[in-house]
Amino acid sequence: MKFGVIVFPGSNCDHDAYHVISKHVGQPVDFIWHRDTDLSSYDAVILPGGFSYGDYLRAGALARFSPVMTEVKKFAHSGRFVLGICNGFQILCEAGLLPGALIRNRNLHFICEHVYVRVATADTPFTSELPAGAVLSLPIAHAEGNYICDDVTFAELQRDNRIIFNYCDKDGNITEASNPNGSRGNIAGICSAGRNVLGLMPHPDRACEDLLGSSDGREVFSSLAATLAAVA
Amino acid sequence: MKAKVYVNLKPGVLDPQGKAIHHSVELLGFNGISDIRQGKYFEVALDSSLNEAEAKEAVARMAREVLSNPIIEDYRVEIEA
Repeated sequence: MKFGVIVFPGSNCDHDAYHVISKHVGQPVDFIWHRDTDLSSYDAVILPGGFSYGDYLRAGALARFSPVMTEVKKFAHSGRFVLGICNGFQILCEAGLLPGALIRNRNLHFICEHVYVRVATADTPFTSELPAGAVLSLPIAHAEGNYICDDVTFAELQRDNRIIFNYCDKDGNITEASNPNGSRGNIAGICSAGRNVLGLMPHPDRACEDLLGSSDGREVFSSLAATLAAVA
Repeated sequence: MKAKVYVNLKPGVLDPQGKAIHHSVELLGFNGISDIRQGKYFEVALDSSLNEAEAKEAVARMAREVLSNPIIEDYRVEIEA
């Protein structure tokens, strides 16, 4: 299996993702420059966190027009796996690969802290090794992480179990007090209808070393690797 | 010819920036303001290759596909000769 980490101008968690795949998952991984257009050798691509194009216009809005994104769309539509973390999630929404939008946090602040998220289901390639209801400690670092969508979309996401991560308290209760940014339904991460594209605002890539406060994020990457190994 | 594009958050979409500006404006002593919503404004310079109707159509497409996110924002295009 082979992973790719897409590098946009302004990406800054590309090395975190690369490190996790190479060191903890132990699989081959390449950086993919945003002007590259050949994804044929990859089984999964990661859109990392950062400030692509300086967040000009809207977070993720301009990255959507990078040449590689045409290929990422084809890649996703062919059923291969795409993981968008933080700015990567924003890009996936702007590109229409995931529904909804991420707007300014309700308190206006850039929030940088550890939060708890509850895993709703093991039924995605990214959570297959996690029990439903598992509570992960992951860091968030964003100013535009307030997920919104219309009522129809929200109902569809609920009906199809596509809300994969919810902000919660340390015991897994999804409460208003544990919602850091105002996201509808405490949504921290969702997947596509085909379940092969997942976006989340928290950073599993920054939670893979106990030294950094949590290694809970490893399960997301090891789930993906396990899924790929099973498919291969 | 110039196109002016106004992009605003849809009614009902939370605008914390507008709220913060509203608060500051009140601190300055302005009264009677019930709400402030922040938007974006673009000026697009156009050469003479398009007539007014074509320009309006082209800029509307630009507004729809790039300048605004239709999930959260509305846009309005004005053409100025």
